[in-house]
Amino acid sequence: MHPIKTVFAVAALGLAATPAMAGATFDAVKAKGFVQCGVNLGLHGFSAPDDRGNWSGLDVDLCRAVAAAMFGDSTKVKYTPLSAQQRLPALQSGEIDVLARNTTWTLSRDSANGLNFAAVNFYDGQGFMVPTKLNVKSAKELDGATICVLPGTTTEQNLADYFRATKMTFKPVVIEKNEELTSAFLAGRCDAISSDGSQLAAIRANETPNPADFMILPERISKEPLSPAVRHGDDQWLDLVKWSLWAMMAAEEKGIGQQNVETFLTSNDPDVKRLLGVTEGNGKALGVDEKWAFTIIKQIGNYGESFDRNVGKGSKLKLERGLNALWTNGGLMYAPPLK
Amino acid sequence: MRLLNNRRFRAILYQVLVIAGTVAVGFYLVSNTLDNLAQRGIATGLTFLGREAGFDISESLIDYSAADTYGEALVVGLLNTLKVSLIGIVLASLIGTVIGIARLSSNWLLARLATVYVEGVRNIPLLLQLFVWYGVITALPSPRQALAPMPGVFLTNRGLRIPSIDWNPAYWLVLAALFAGLVGAFLMARWGRRRHEATGRPFPAVLAGTGLTLALTLAAFVLIGAPLALEVPELKGFNFQGGLVLSPEFAAVLAGLTIYTAGFIAEIVRSGILAVARGQTEAALSLGLTRLQVLRLVVLPQALRVIVPPMTSQYLNLTKNSSLAVAIGYPDLISVANTAINQTGQAVEGVAIAMAAYLTISLGISAFMNWYNRKVALVSR
Repeated sequence: MHPIKTVFAVAALGLAATPAMAGATFDAVKAKGFVQCGVNLGLHGFSAPDDRGNWSGLDVDLCRAVAAAMFGDSTKVKYTPLSAQQRLPALQSGEIDVLARNTTWTLSRDSANGLNFAAVNFYDGQGFMVPTKLNVKSAKELDGATICVLPGTTTEQNLADYFRATKMTFKPVVIEKNEELTSAFLAGRCDAISSDGSQLAAIRANETPNPADFMILPERISKEPLSPAVRHGDDQWLDLVKWSLWAMMAAEEKGIGQQNVETFLTSNDPDVKRLLGVTEGNGKALGVDEKWAFTIIKQIGNYGESFDRNVGKGSKLKLERGLNALWTNGGLMYAPPLK
Repeated sequence: MRLLNNRRFRAILYQVLVIAGTVAVGFYLVSNTLDNLAQRGIATGLTFLGREAGFDISESLIDYSAADTYGEALVVGLLNTLKVSLIGIVLASLIGTVIGIARLSSNWLLARLATVYVEGVRNIPLLLQLFVWYGVITALPSPRQALAPMPGVFLTNRGLRIPSIDWNPAYWLVLAALFAGLVGAFLMARWGRRRHEATGRPFPAVLAGTGLTLALTLAAFVLIGAPLALEVPELKGFNFQGGLVLSPEFAAVLAGLTIYTAGFIAEIVRSGILAVARGQTEAALSLGLTRLQVLRLVVLPQALRVIVPPMTSQYLNLTKNSSLAVAIGYPDLISVANTAINQTGQAVEGVAIAMAAYLTISLGISAFMNWYNRKVALVSR
């Protein structure tokens, strides 16, 4: 049970003898030879194990990208599945090196909780899903509803905020495990279930007997920029995590993908030459091999490929790119220049 | 050297060393935690208790809204834990005692049924039982197809709703009468016991006391003109509104805890009764006491000496097991503390508060049961 794990994580804070110093995480990861990555217990499209225990998803691809940049091998990752409540203590106590677990970037987490967020890898927003037979077409009709919600997330607070702001009432049913929560919702314990839009789509696609019996209401009641996070105190490690993600976006912008990346090695575009390490400098600055970005693209693909494979057209979730399209296509994904 | 050979000195020295060692380890853990938290720039302290919580809680014994503080939210959780624990302890004791006595019954079927109950519930993990109860309750029909076993009573997968009585200021008189009845019953029972001891004439204290209390209360109710306004639940929007509600989460946790713990209590009661020598029962029967009198006057008072200490452990277990409620969404202390921990990120403080609360409750139960144990223990004269 998770309270025990929280206690362990707390105890680890008490026992951890090594203080966090600049470069400590980066060096420790390099020395042990793999990245310890905190992921979701199982959320299709973001991080979920298959029947052979292989993890896949958008967040998992971020972990693999960091491993590819660091070691030239995207398989050098070990996964720690974490519940919503366990994730922050696990990162704070040093149990994991990077947290890629659909975690919303907020001010208090970025400051008081001792985390640094790298860069947004998915722009989400909280919404509601209801059974179609309930005949509800908008969140504004949910006055008096009973709503299933996961505990220990920004979700619970957003829900209370939304209903206070719209002067409506609701009753929360707070269950800590995704599966139990979903089954309570499917059994009719709640009128609606509230979570991030992507999560609702995953539940609808994978766990309902007939997806057509459920609809996701159009309102989005919060901003949920999901981002990988690291501990305070190691800027070099933070740099590597954020540029690993940005390299994938930069590659998509230049049209470089998993299949064609080799043909770009002879490109004359100075941006491409810097990205792929033909012009040296970026690797040295980050403290890794000059071919780091090339390896990421070769082994994982660019951001668009990762998106399509895990949550987009090529997946069961079939999410639109929307806000997660490149800035050049009207979205918010924008990598600073790699130079 | 001479000093070290002194037995008394050595005994004290060892104790001082052990205490010093414990304090040193404790101090190291606390200061190291604080150092690590400070180094990682993680906020510490209890000031978060005064900040607005910003999340809702589905059931509460006191007024609570999302605009209240984390401190108040934790109090709501604590009260919910106490509520389910106290009701659970009372029910588990009653059911457990009945089952324990039933296991000793000379009626073959009754004794076997009790055995099946005990072996069944004791050997299935509590968490599974909770899931089963929650599954059963949420499989009830939705509010729009509610079961209505009686007028005004609705059973749905949102819980049980019954009509509630609108509060009337004149009810204070009724409550006063109820209180007077209870005091009267207590005094009467004491008088009856004295007379019994002095003259040997028994006095039906329970019957007379109940009668007196009921009569006084009813008389007061009639005196104020018997005003009775019921608030009957009705279907409005998504769910029934009004009346009293028993939520599915509370019902499932209560059922799980009660039925599980009752299995253990039954065994304790049975062992307590078996510990009373058979000759006592036979002697009492030969004196002409009825079976019920033998149980009430001879066997149970002696059995209690054996029963009370292990019973304390069961009460403690039940209270601590109530934290499993988090798995099916009952907002107990752990559930609320989890949300608070995640929103504030202050896991160390949150876990410490929860631990302190459980420790306090458990020590309180222990103290009460120890007091009771001294009271029922054999007094050597």
